[in-house]
Amino acid sequence: MALSPPFDLVPPLYQGLLITLQLTAGGIVLATALAFLAGLGKLSHHRPVRWLSATYVEIFRGTSALVQLFWFYFVLPHFGVHVEAMPVGILVLGLNAGAYGAEVVRGSVNAVAKGQREAAVSLGFSPRQTLWRILVPQAVVSMLPPMSNIYIELLKNSALVSLVTLSELTFTAMTLRADTLRTGAIFSIVLLMYFGCSQVISLGMRGLEARLSRGRDLGGIR
Amino acid sequence: MDGETLWDWGYALEVLPQLLQAMRITLMATVCGMGLALVGGLFLAILRRSRIPALSRAGFWIIEFIRGTPLLIQLYFYFYVLPDFGIRFSPFATGLFGLGLHYSAYMAEVYRAGIDSVPKGQWEAAVALNFSRRRTFFTLILPQAVPPVIPAAGNYLVAMFKDTPLLSAITVAELLYTAKDDIGSQTFRYIEPMTLVGVLFLAVSLISARGIRGLERKMELKT
Amino acid sequence: MNNTAEPFIQIRNLHKSYGDLKVLRGINLDIPLGEMVSVIGPSGSGKSTLLRVLMTLERPERGGVRVGGEALYDVNAEGGTVLPPPDRFRALRNRIGMVFQHFNLFPHMSVLRNVTEAPVHVLGVPREKAKAEGLRYLDEVGLADKADAYPAQLSGGQKQRVAIARALAMHPEIMLFDEITSALDPELVGGILDLLARLGKKREMTMLIVTHHMRFAEQSSDRVLFFDDGVILEDGKPGDIFTQPEHERTRNFLRSVLEI
Repeated sequence: MALSPPFDLVPPLYQGLLITLQLTAGGIVLATALAFLAGLGKLSHHRPVRWLSATYVEIFRGTSALVQLFWFYFVLPHFGVHVEAMPVGILVLGLNAGAYGAEVVRGSVNAVAKGQREAAVSLGFSPRQTLWRILVPQAVVSMLPPMSNIYIELLKNSALVSLVTLSELTFTAMTLRADTLRTGAIFSIVLLMYFGCSQVISLGMRGLEARLSRGRDLGGIR
Repeated sequence: MDGETLWDWGYALEVLPQLLQAMRITLMATVCGMGLALVGGLFLAILRRSRIPALSRAGFWIIEFIRGTPLLIQLYFYFYVLPDFGIRFSPFATGLFGLGLHYSAYMAEVYRAGIDSVPKGQWEAAVALNFSRRRTFFTLILPQAVPPVIPAAGNYLVAMFKDTPLLSAITVAELLYTAKDDIGSQTFRYIEPMTLVGVLFLAVSLISARGIRGLERKMELKT
Repeated sequence: MNNTAEPFIQIRNLHKSYGDLKVLRGINLDIPLGEMVSVIGPSGSGKSTLLRVLMTLERPERGGVRVGGEALYDVNAEGGTVLPPPDRFRALRNRIGMVFQHFNLFPHMSVLRNVTEAPVHVLGVPREKAKAEGLRYLDEVGLADKADAYPAQLSGGQKQRVAIARALAMHPEIMLFDEITSALDPELVGGILDLLARLGKKREMTMLIVTHHMRFAEQSSDRVLFFDDGVILEDGKPGDIFTQPEHERTRNFLRSVLEI
């Protein structure tokens, strides 16, 4: 069945969209793990852990995502590391967003009311139990809105991976443009696809927030 | 790459002047882009606050759309599509426009936060003094709304600085383009130019971040 | 120093300051097992700080505390405070419980989980047993029917009852109550104070109660301490302190609070 213009452009772009979604999903998983690792690392009692976390956060927040991507893609081969666009893309997107996420995790955990830690001490919880049973579960709810923004930035940054020749949505659009010269239609559809994805992330995170905060009082968080 | 040194200081020093030259383009793009974003953001913020529902709706969706789509595609759109309509700019001008418009959407939210932070009593006082709505906004509200959000605007300035390498995709010879296409692809040595670019970005970001933190502290002392 | 004559809680020359502000300026205090002690005095006089130091929420600079013959805070040759090894410190601390002014319930857990979480994860009590026991404590404070509610759904008085049940579930030998009625609406205060008096009569725990309710201190406690400017100015039977205080400052304080 032949689709009439401009919808005939959708199937080829859809293939690219699937790659973009994989890239974004992988990046989100990695970013979330790194955000917790480095965010809680910055709150650690051990100085080397704190220092390592802070250095990671400063480096990846202080440089450009595209520069990070090119550095990994062009420089790692010099060290004899074989690189492919997809894993490098996920790695860089995750590292970059994870650094921003670390600040969110640290800030939210710190913002849990002081009384909650004191109650935990009075009940004999160890510092680790206090963190995972009392502080993190309360902090997660207030992490969701800023994390939603970080995930959307990650989705947007995934377009950069086209510049190291991964055939995700943007790259597909560029090749399709070269073949068909229907530039305006292609980019309009691509923009709508990205916009749809960021709306889905935003709505999903808002739904999660509503679910998690149901029935509980956020009085513990100031 | 066996047998080669991993890091060649001589080569690094050789390419540094060229990179610093390109840094001027990067900084210029940042400053001009921010200038556009300051004006565009105010315009979008006013649109968003319009009392005509259709206009404020439009403002909302424009901001959402710009913030919800990649800057790279927006740049491609202006670079490849506008000429079809007979609108031609240099790559640098196109890049400035793209950066400026993208960050206008973020700046609109910054302005909005500032305007919301002005106490309602100020509007009421202006009504009591028989000021027009426009006059109230520009002579009373805006001057009070801007200072508290200067640090937030500073953060976006740094964010925009870190987005300037995207201009390389539309052939603007800024820092990253110079490192990759002018230097790297000629000599096939990427380590030194790429790492130097990273270090230059890190240096500027860290210095600006410190400046913004200082500014924030000064703001807190005032209030 | 493990002789049987040593009082259950022994506090010697305890000092605590925040920066230049000296909050505790040499506290000496012995409390026998099972005693119910009310602590009164003007705000800022160090009452709450003493409780917070005993709960290890604050570290003193000088002086020592012994509980049941063991050092919670040791002293070095210069009189400075030294912490015992971490495992012993924690073991000792677990014999002390505390109820706070602002309840500090865990908002993300049901009432019953608030009460069972620490027994299960700190003491290692099996979950089913902890639940049964938790329900018993909730029953004791009159809230068995709220086991599945969340803290946000409770009134202030109910929250404070849960907080008391939560602390009781850890079987503390010493319970510290830090102005636990100050954040409550006046009509809810009476019920909480009755509950405290009931707990005190059982003589199962040693209780230290910082309070602004003079009638409660006078009628329900075994002993009253009057704090002033970081020291214990007066220490005696409630009857004596309220009828014939030794110091002018105590008289002034009592006059000012009883007038209200």
